[in-house]
Amino acid sequence: RMKYFTRLRVRRVYEWRGKPLSFNRKLKTYEYGSLAISVEGLPRITVIKIGQHILIEGEDEDNPYVAKVIRLFGDDSGKQKKAVVQWFVRVFEVPLSKLKLLGREPHPQEIFYYQGRSCDDEVDAGSILKPVQSELAPASSPPPPALASRGPARRALPTPDLTVMRRAAQGEARGGRATASAGKARAAEAESLHSSTKLSASKCLSAKRRNASARTPGVRKKLELSSECCREGSLLSCCIVLWPIKLQTGIPPQSKCDGCPAVHVDRAEVDNEISPMLPVIATPRGSKRKSAQLVSSRIRKQLNLLDNLQDLNSDGEDEEEFVPSKKELQSSEEEEEEEDEEEEEEAGLDSDDDVVYKKGRRAAAGPRTPRSKPRIRSSTRTPQRTPNRKITPGTPRTPQCATPSIPSRSLPARQPANVLEEARTRLHVSSVPESLPCREQEFQDIYSFVESKIEDGTGGCMYISGVPGTGKTATVQEVMRCLQHAADVDEIPPFHFIEINGMKMTDPHQAYVQILQKLTGQKATADHAAALLEKRFSNPAPRKETTVLLVDELDLLWTRKQNVMYNLFDWPTRRHARLVVLTIANTMDLPERIMINRVASRLGLTRMSFQPYSFKQLQQIIMSRLNKVKAFEEDALQLVWAALSGDARRCLDICRTATEICEHSPADPSATGLVEVGHVMEALNEMFSSAYVTAIKCASLQEQLFLRAVIAEFRRLGLEEATFQQVFVQHQALCRVEGLQPISVSEGLAVCRRLGGCRLLLLEPSRLGVLQRVRLNVSQDDVLYALKAD
Amino acid sequence: MSKRKMQPADLPAGECVSQLQEMLRQRLCHQQLPDRPEGVEAQHKHLLELLKRTSVHGESNSVLIVGPRGAGKTMLLKCVLRDLQEEKEAEKNLLQVHLNGLLQTDDRIALKEITRQLHLENVVGDKVFGSFAENLTFLLEALKKGDRSSSRPVLFVLDEFDLFAAHKNQTLLYNLLDVSQSAQAPIAVVGMTCRLDVLELLEKRVKSRFSHRQIHLLSNPTFAEYLGRVRTRLGLPDHFPDSRFAADWNASVETLCEDKSVEEVLRRHFHSSKDFRSLHMLLMLCLSRVSVAKPWIRPADLLEASRLSFADGEANMLHGLSILELCLIIAMKHLNDVYEGEPFNLQMVHNEFKKFLQRKSNSMYNFDQPVILKAFEHLQQLEMIRPVDSSSAKTQREFQLMRLMLDHSQIMEALQKYPQCPTEVKQWAMSAFG
Repeated sequence: RMKYFTRLRVRRVYEWRGKPLSFNRKLKTYEYGSLAISVEGLPRITVIKIGQHILIEGEDEDNPYVAKVIRLFGDDSGKQKKAVVQWFVRVFEVPLSKLKLLGREPHPQEIFYYQGRSCDDEVDAGSILKPVQSELAPASSPPPPALASRGPARRALPTPDLTVMRRAAQGEARGGRATASAGKARAAEAESLHSSTKLSASKCLSAKRRNASARTPGVRKKLELSSECCREGSLLSCCIVLWPIKLQTGIPPQSKCDGCPAVHVDRAEVDNEISPMLPVIATPRGSKRKSAQLVSSRIRKQLNLLDNLQDLNSDGEDEEEFVPSKKELQSSEEEEEEEDEEEEEEAGLDSDDDVVYKKGRRAAAGPRTPRSKPRIRSSTRTPQRTPNRKITPGTPRTPQCATPSIPSRSLPARQPANVLEEARTRLHVSSVPESLPCREQEFQDIYSFVESKIEDGTGGCMYISGVPGTGKTATVQEVMRCLQHAADVDEIPPFHFIEINGMKMTDPHQAYVQILQKLTGQKATADHAAALLEKRFSNPAPRKETTVLLVDELDLLWTRKQNVMYNLFDWPTRRHARLVVLTIANTMDLPERIMINRVASRLGLTRMSFQPYSFKQLQQIIMSRLNKVKAFEEDALQLVWAALSGDARRCLDICRTATEICEHSPADPSATGLVEVGHVMEALNEMFSSAYVTAIKCASLQEQLFLRAVIAEFRRLGLEEATFQQVFVQHQALCRVEGLQPISVSEGLAVCRRLGGCRLLLLEPSRLGVLQRVRLNVSQDDVLYALKAD
Repeated sequence: MSKRKMQPADLPAGECVSQLQEMLRQRLCHQQLPDRPEGVEAQHKHLLELLKRTSVHGESNSVLIVGPRGAGKTMLLKCVLRDLQEEKEAEKNLLQVHLNGLLQTDDRIALKEITRQLHLENVVGDKVFGSFAENLTFLLEALKKGDRSSSRPVLFVLDEFDLFAAHKNQTLLYNLLDVSQSAQAPIAVVGMTCRLDVLELLEKRVKSRFSHRQIHLLSNPTFAEYLGRVRTRLGLPDHFPDSRFAADWNASVETLCEDKSVEEVLRRHFHSSKDFRSLHMLLMLCLSRVSVAKPWIRPADLLEASRLSFADGEANMLHGLSILELCLIIAMKHLNDVYEGEPFNLQMVHNEFKKFLQRKSNSMYNFDQPVILKAFEHLQQLEMIRPVDSSSAKTQREFQLMRLMLDHSQIMEALQKYPQCPTEVKQWAMSAFG
């Protein structure tokens, strides 16, 4: 049933309110002052005005975007409704690196002024969910000293009292209220209010006050720019706490005194709305003791502040109407404190005012606690309020929260002790070099490609090819590191970087799942993930940052219909996608070879090929890795290049093996302790020598005879293939020549099988017995050479 | 024997023999590790150093141990691991994951097994949760979170490494080798295989990630070493409870090895195969003939054991055939001679057999067609003949083309030993043409 609720979409109707304020002749747009949103099936109307803070639909349903309306306009046909907004970011949307700059623990509901250049500030009115109330961070929450000094800029919001909430839920649309009819729709509305405005709905009232303060340009300007409080950089210039306010049912008796005659009716109505569907009023789980105390103390402080600031409020009427009296607030505080004791009590739904009231209070306080936030969704919808902690650990359930990790070692790893060990550490492929020598050009090309796409806020594809071990992935990752750094210091707009690898998934369609998970943290099945991504990349989502997607081992994403590749390359071409796809594969002509035309065409022609490293380049790489650690003789290194195919991994491995050999070879008194030519030779031998000849030399006499018999039979037949029976005849003859006792057929077959097991011979399945065909897996010359050398 | 009675410390003869049996069987059948590796000291040192670096320094490595069957690959690895455990740092830290290509036949099973052996957090009890894709992501995530200096090194042993290369996309190998080449949790991948061409099985990007270290176990012992191995395998150690029995036994082993016929048998084995597993089988057969009445190995025991181990199973099966079936086999042999190995059918064989009967004008082998068909089918069931193509449904059984799965030498040998084989049948088999 819960699922049913979450899936249910609310249909909203958007309409301009009042006459257009002005008409822009050039653009043929009408400017409006306010927008009315009504939910289908519900009589309530919500009005959005310029300057209000609103919630805008994002990819995360629980956490819609926050923004402030700057302009509202539509075209003359009235079909298009747009809004120009100023974005705000939430705490969890701010990159960690910047959060650190903040210098204090941010409140989980805090939002920050967003100044990213890359984001479209024009949104479709259809994505507006509802207004939200926000306020400047109060001095009571531990702000940076600089902020604290700017007292007048802050506004305290009255306690999230029920009165306020009531009002907030109803908005200014109180007049048009009527009893809701369709139960489903009501539930849906309730649902939407619960889910999407978790933080929500204290609405316009404080938003208005906020605007009042925001409209004083000096203050805002200062917020944006004042350097002492904006060490964080342009992104984090303004600290605003979003009050988490819940649409709740219970109206305390006191609320009647706030001069709103409709309140009582409201309550009844809302109760009606919710109760048929939810046996227990949906509430976020009760706040913990601590949080409740925290909240109440904060409220007290804010009240004091409010008293001081009251005269600054420009919107007097609103203020008067919405700020509850101090007495009332205090009473509610007391209630809240009492709640501590009663917290454990599981109050079912009944009409008892007192209980409902408490629940409402709790709901108001609940979302503010950082802990309850991630659980909001489940807790608000769980009628029975089953807390997570009741799930006993160790029950044989799928461990949802299992953290992937390898146990840590009891003793720390030993550090390299001598030159050779040091060199070995540096030469290990895994050690990340300070820079990537010999790939400067490629680095530059990729960097400028991605950078320009990020700057322009457009999308694109790039195909990178090259044989293994030529530094493709390393270069791209280096580029991304640099870009990330540039984004951190605000040289370029921020972006997401995600990485998938065709080899690291079990099925091409898992690509969707992994992309979605890395983008949003959501888990979904492949089909669902594809649908969500499709939606994400094709719809003009508000405030979208560029996503850079690295697809490694592209060829493994091949499917028969090629829909995975098609989608990957099609998304960047969408207007609103802002997706840059970098693909890496081994083969240069992959697009021509395996892709059907419509896929290859979308991939485009931005291609780059990594040439195998030349000997000089490999030398440079080794040198830069060793970085003046003298472990190799000059001529020893010269030898390494001679036997390479341009694979840097191979090269590093050879050098590493050589240091090992050097370390374990008996110390020669004349030796310098460095890696010499001999060691490198030995390493090369170990890696590249074919073992076939040695294997033949080490084979038993009968095995050697059998190989000879195979060659003899091949020569007799003039073919490179013979049956075991034929070879066996030759073998018997050879045995007689050698003066050995002839062996039986089964013994001969055993000999043959042993050779086949080593793959010196290639055999047919052994159930064919004497009829199985035999081929050599080595050249005849090698066999003869190996046998002669004895 | 009488001497033993005089010494009170001695055990009764029966006890001694059972002790001896137990001790030697441990060696020969249960792959008890030798105190130090024989003949592969260099490889042992190499591998030990390599694994030490992983367990102590946290350096990731990958290595392949290549050698023919019975060359001692597993023995080498086990010896190395045993010696590694003596090192305190290694013992406490090293996690081990043992996989076998014959057991973990695809990546799905292999991943579950790895997760289970590592006791990762998505394991509850003995069950691994999550789908294949989730398991893979989980494992990779786990390995990625580790780093060289702080996480415990993991040793992955992949027995029958070549079979892992047959898995789809070589996903497991790619990921393991990729981890071993990147700054993640330190792992050592040790593959064991008997295929010399194993590197050619690896896909190029998998190959590029492999370090190309190969330890070849291609020992080339001389016959003297082989003989020495027989001695050490059979010899009783000094700490055997009954020292007199041990001395007697060791002396008997010594005389056994000096015996000419024994040497000949062992040489034949040596020529056939140098691997020690077949030698152990041979010695095991001898050992089981040791009893209280005969507490030593006689040369005759070894000869008998050798005869058993070299016995040709197919030729032995010929002994159990009826005269009619034998005649059919002989007819097939003649057909093979005449038509140079071309396939034949029942009718041709029957005709050949009839010719023989006509010549002998002897009606003792006059069989009806159904009887012959039955005999023919029996031969097919014994897999002495097999149809040329498996799609046999369409053709009548009499005309289905068949091939003989026996070599002529096997037939002739079997005829010699066949109990009460009629002379004319023997002669028919010997004659050049039917």
